[in-house]
Amino acid sequence: MTDVRAEVAALLARFDLETVDPVEFLGARFDAGLAWVHFPVGRGGLDRPRDEQQVVEQLLAEAGAPAPDLGRNSIGIGMAAPTLIAFGTPEQQDRYLRPLFTCEEIWCQLFSEPGAGSDLAGVATKAVLDGDTWIVNGQKVWTSGAQNAQRAILVARTDPTVVKHAGLSYFVVDMADPGVDVRPLRQITGEAEFNEVFLNDVRVPDADRVGAVGAGWRVATTTLNNERVAIGSGAEREAGQIGIVTERWRNDPSVRSSAEHDRLMSWWVETEVTRLAGERLRQQLAVGQPGPESSAMKLAFAQQAQQISGFALELDPDAGLQYDDWTMVRTVSASFLGRGPGFRYLRAKGNSIEGGTSEIMRNVVSERVLGLPADHRPDKGVPFNEVPR
Amino acid sequence: MTDLLYSDVEESLRSSVRGALGRVTDSARVAALYDDPDADTSAVWSAVAGDLGLAGLLVPGEWGGVGAGAREVAVVLEELGRTVAPVPFLESAVIATTALLELESDVVASLADGGQRGVLVLPWSARAGAWTATEGGAVTPVAGALGADLFLVPTLVGGTVQLVLHESATVDPITSLDMSRPLAAVTPTGEGRVLAKGDAAVAAVDAALAAGAALLASEQVGLAQWCLETTVEYAKTRVQFARPIGSFQAIKHRLADLYLEVAQAQAAARYAADTLATGDADAPVAQAVAQSYCSDVAVHAAEEALQLHGGIGMTWEHAIHLYLKRAKSDQLALGTPAAHRADLAGLVDLPQH
Repeated sequence: MTDVRAEVAALLARFDLETVDPVEFLGARFDAGLAWVHFPVGRGGLDRPRDEQQVVEQLLAEAGAPAPDLGRNSIGIGMAAPTLIAFGTPEQQDRYLRPLFTCEEIWCQLFSEPGAGSDLAGVATKAVLDGDTWIVNGQKVWTSGAQNAQRAILVARTDPTVVKHAGLSYFVVDMADPGVDVRPLRQITGEAEFNEVFLNDVRVPDADRVGAVGAGWRVATTTLNNERVAIGSGAEREAGQIGIVTERWRNDPSVRSSAEHDRLMSWWVETEVTRLAGERLRQQLAVGQPGPESSAMKLAFAQQAQQISGFALELDPDAGLQYDDWTMVRTVSASFLGRGPGFRYLRAKGNSIEGGTSEIMRNVVSERVLGLPADHRPDKGVPFNEVPR
Repeated sequence: MTDLLYSDVEESLRSSVRGALGRVTDSARVAALYDDPDADTSAVWSAVAGDLGLAGLLVPGEWGGVGAGAREVAVVLEELGRTVAPVPFLESAVIATTALLELESDVVASLADGGQRGVLVLPWSARAGAWTATEGGAVTPVAGALGADLFLVPTLVGGTVQLVLHESATVDPITSLDMSRPLAAVTPTGEGRVLAKGDAAVAAVDAALAAGAALLASEQVGLAQWCLETTVEYAKTRVQFARPIGSFQAIKHRLADLYLEVAQAQAAARYAADTLATGDADAPVAQAVAQSYCSDVAVHAAEEALQLHGGIGMTWEHAIHLYLKRAKSDQLALGTPAAHRADLAGLVDLPQH
């Protein structure tokens, strides 16, 4: 039986962390099976229980080892990788996982469309098979990091004559294809973190289809459950927005007041119980894939991020009335916390929309965790091309 | 990291307790206590403390106990909360027992087999670090005093706190919001025996109240789970506008929010139980978090259950009112949520001023 601690020690012993090239180190880490210990041997893993990954992450962080840049490649690391492991062919796994982990290849997600946001299964982007190549046409939106990405995961309609969920397929797209047109989409923060992406006769080899033709919804669901785990996680106490507020409160007595104190403590408790529930979920998931329960964690995270970032402005009104910079820039490394309090407040508004709105999270929890009956759906059982829109 | 799940042994214990409670109590028998406070509930105590031997869960083997720990006690309390069982398990087998264990007093042996019941004679709203020893006269309102045999009375004698054991007391019943945990005014009688004085006495009382608060969270989780599950089932079967009401987002979204609250409460309660069991340095934080959070979740779960059941939820006939009364009383017991948040602020260095 492999001891992950010994594996980490052996990896660290091979490099001088002061001078090591991050790509070289991450490549070696992948080859040592320490990228995702629960993945198979040879594919970045060691076939170990999922919860041992935390041990690896902790040891590497303590040693100060280079880590994958989640700000740039959260889609690749958090979503594409687990999806490829679950549904990808051996060739796809060999081709994509290693450069994804080293961040030599950045990934983005071509899911949402102007006409298919919450109703993601209603995407209209078409993929039509021509020999052994799919020709893709359509428009995607809310695509973080598309301008930096080499690869994308795509959900497209391959059969419009069946009900919406059954007519989708899942692909890996080369963003260098000349038919891919990425345009910045400016948001309320002033930045363009997202993009709209136009797909004009984009060519995708059939070898880059992930899962069976028509199985795209099932594959996408795996991606989305992982996304919700990624968004909802935070292993440390006082991580994220609450940590910014508590640090300020401790260091600056001028922001303290009795009126705000119980609010602060209530948010402290809320974030702590979410952290514990997330930890409990991770313990339950020590083996297996994230399930619909992760949607509840994402719901909690969004509520807290929005409320606490607003509370932070109220703590220091004169600062809260100001904003650091409205200049339009294209975000390179996305972070919910990266800028001033005004940015954090505005950016957090996206937390209840991206990765599934809070309303959709509540549908997922109530129908798939609690087993409540589905809402009335006029498009149920109707072929996609016969649904009025 | 702490184990926040349930072991196979704990699940097996749960199943035994659930089976036993199903034979000795139900909502009709609990409701009857509101009309007849003297109705006999001794079968519940006998089943829990005697037949299953749970009164001695926290007590080491040499004093006749089981030598288990707070994690197992928490599972028992989840089941007691789920049935709003009329049994002073928390009062005797957790709080009074912890005080005696803290003092290494062999009196605990008489509680361990369930033959006698103990009670810590303080107002039920007391919490660690925030209680006052009596200088004589009645202490009120005390939970777990009716039917108790051993009265542990924090008493102020010449400016020093003593923990005095009385074997008799005048116990006057009080009409309580939650008649499944009836309160009383307690006036100790007789000389009593001093078990501890000064710091030792204070520490024993604080430890007892802290354990009580930490584990009350599990009772609240069990109660909230019953409310959630019962309401989900109702929403699946109750039809209005030719649809199960659970298909309406106005209903299902509230239940999804409640699921989240209950899941978080469960994690908080598990963490409090585990840190208490292992003597973890984070236990005081865990207790304050669990009490602040689980208290409000239990109340909210009962309130949501009532509202989402519509008219039937407001009736005496339906069991929900028993859960609401227990939940609201539990919220006030052993420190309110705001009081625990104030304690927490001190523990995590977030001062009010």
